[in-house]
Amino acid sequence: MDADQPLLEIRDLKTHFHIRQGTVRAVDGVSLSVFPGQTLAIVGESGCGKSITAQSILRILPRAGRIEHGHIHLQLSGGDPSRGEIVDLVGLNPKGGAMREIRGGEIGMIFQEPMSTFSPVYTIGHQIAEAARLHRTTDDIEPRELVLDMLAHVGFAHPDRTWSQYPHELSGGMRQRAMIAMALIGRPRILIADEPTTALDVTTEAQILRLMKRLQAEFGMAIIFITHDLGVVARMADQVAVMYLGNIVEQGDVDTVFHAPRHPYLKALLRSVPRLDPAENIGLEPISGMVPDPFSRPAGCPFHPRCPEFMPDTCDTAVPQLLPAVAEPGRTRAACHLYT
Amino acid sequence: MTAQTPAGTEATILRVRDLRMHFPIQKGFLRRTVGWIKAVDGVDLELGRGQTLGLVGESGCGKTTTARCILGGYEVTDGEILFNDPELGWVDIASISKDEMFSVRRNAQIILQDPYGSLNPRMTVLDIVGEPLLINGIRGSEREQRVAELLSLVGLRPEYMSRYPHAFSGGQRQRIGIARALALQPQMVICDEPVSALDVSIQAQILNLLEELQDRFGLAYLFVAHQLNVVSHICDRVAVMYVGKVVESAPTGQLYDRPRHPYTEALLSSVPRPDPRNQADEIVLEGEVADPANPPSGCLFHPRCRYAVEQCRLEEPELRPATAGHFVRCHLADDLELMGVSAPAA
Repeated sequence: MDADQPLLEIRDLKTHFHIRQGTVRAVDGVSLSVFPGQTLAIVGESGCGKSITAQSILRILPRAGRIEHGHIHLQLSGGDPSRGEIVDLVGLNPKGGAMREIRGGEIGMIFQEPMSTFSPVYTIGHQIAEAARLHRTTDDIEPRELVLDMLAHVGFAHPDRTWSQYPHELSGGMRQRAMIAMALIGRPRILIADEPTTALDVTTEAQILRLMKRLQAEFGMAIIFITHDLGVVARMADQVAVMYLGNIVEQGDVDTVFHAPRHPYLKALLRSVPRLDPAENIGLEPISGMVPDPFSRPAGCPFHPRCPEFMPDTCDTAVPQLLPAVAEPGRTRAACHLYT
Repeated sequence: MTAQTPAGTEATILRVRDLRMHFPIQKGFLRRTVGWIKAVDGVDLELGRGQTLGLVGESGCGKTTTARCILGGYEVTDGEILFNDPELGWVDIASISKDEMFSVRRNAQIILQDPYGSLNPRMTVLDIVGEPLLINGIRGSEREQRVAELLSLVGLRPEYMSRYPHAFSGGQRQRIGIARALALQPQMVICDEPVSALDVSIQAQILNLLEELQDRFGLAYLFVAHQLNVVSHICDRVAVMYVGKVVESAPTGQLYDRPRHPYTEALLSSVPRPDPRNQADEIVLEGEVADPANPPSGCLFHPRCRYAVEQCRLEEPELRPATAGHFVRCHLADDLELMGVSAPAA
């Protein structure tokens, strides 16, 4: 497999919500590439559109949401990209058979709340086996064997016992492991993880993050990691995209994003996180104001009303582009008029 | 039990001694008690005036139950909760009369975690912030004026007082909660995960506001939280809880630099840091937190502790001073060289 060829490529995605109060441009022109075996973190505060981006990829948007524009190109497994075996997910019927095969087969997903993934009335084994039957049709192995093997992989000491347990019988961390097992049973090449550790305690979070890294090394899958936690980003990501109000404001490799940030929003965000080491904690500089109301997006750069480096007549009139078009080594791409 | 004046100085506002709160497990038609959940089982705390004491630990460790006990929310099983009330002097909240509790409540307030669930959606901001004033006999235009002052104190426009909570964002709601807690000019405020539900940029605003208010009014905070970076930023002292017990307590810098309990070490190493070049070598704890209804023998942490020896399985350690002001509940505290937060850089 060619590692330079993205597995998933999003081009100028716009997902809007049409509701009674007006139109919310939840995702407003996002472009991203996901490479094999790499972790892309999408980070931002509530309402920035990070989860809607994930839901657009999987075509599981709420009813009011619609993809208005853009492409989501997925390289199919076993497909040869030079022969064009790439499918545009935007063109597929969200309820159709092709999309169902992609969900779970090509792209696995895990969420913050495992209880919403599992049905409370069936056993863990039953539910994961169902996913195995859907996506592992060519294997000769019994679904039960596949499931027990996967449960052992994600760290259950007694897969036999877990097989017949109900979701409520597991602790939060164990439920998260079961959800990861279910997401990976179809051997997807991309795993979308939407805030998978936000509801967990820190020691459990450390277990799950380490598990995800181990499974990534074993199965070679790419991970799209959606989170608001900059610490988790630093620990997990290869590439980082920072979102604000439906746009990517900065993008680059993890080291550059943390050590040479350029966009004022990212700089401010990094300054507003309390540090663990008391010696490094001098003063917090919060970002003034708050995220604007989605119905009245500011003109020009969406961050300009809160920006410490606001330039009149530029920032409030023209929308900045993510530049340079191709990332240079040691530099991030930033959507800010300071750099144009 | 009568409250006597403890030997401490008047600089102390709260002293909790060996607090225990056990909840019965009831089964069957007759609701017979078949066991006890030892939610809090040996908590000692001391909070100075104008100081911030962090109470940290994972879910189920008893930190919120401790906070509720301190506010008289439960009839505690055992122990003392001595509060230095400005009008009554030292009182034991664990055995206090109703009238005395009324006074204590004026001086000990709480800020809750959930800015959505903790404000009544049918009450206006004036009613929410003004309710403690009303209960204490402040009415009419005087009340309105006080509420206006409180709102501007926490950074909200007084014109908003006739609005309902749904009109505010999470950060603004937390400000309303803070205004309500400060309405009666308390001496001590218990902050139960006050910024856990907020985005980072808003979290910093609220933390700065809490610090500002502390400087201005000399408030003492008992800061209950699971976010160790937030605690590092705001607390003078930190107490770490594990399955109902305080396992370590020390001044913040000392605890983070040189932890003495293996659980504290593991906890600190688990926190993902916002710097890809400075990721601690995290100590992944095996297994699950002990069940407070069926605790293991000896030290509660021994089944997950990588330093555990035979003694840990048999004998329960006491909370004892390791150095001045640094208390630890571990048999091996003096022998272990544990990793603090600044270790990876060194």
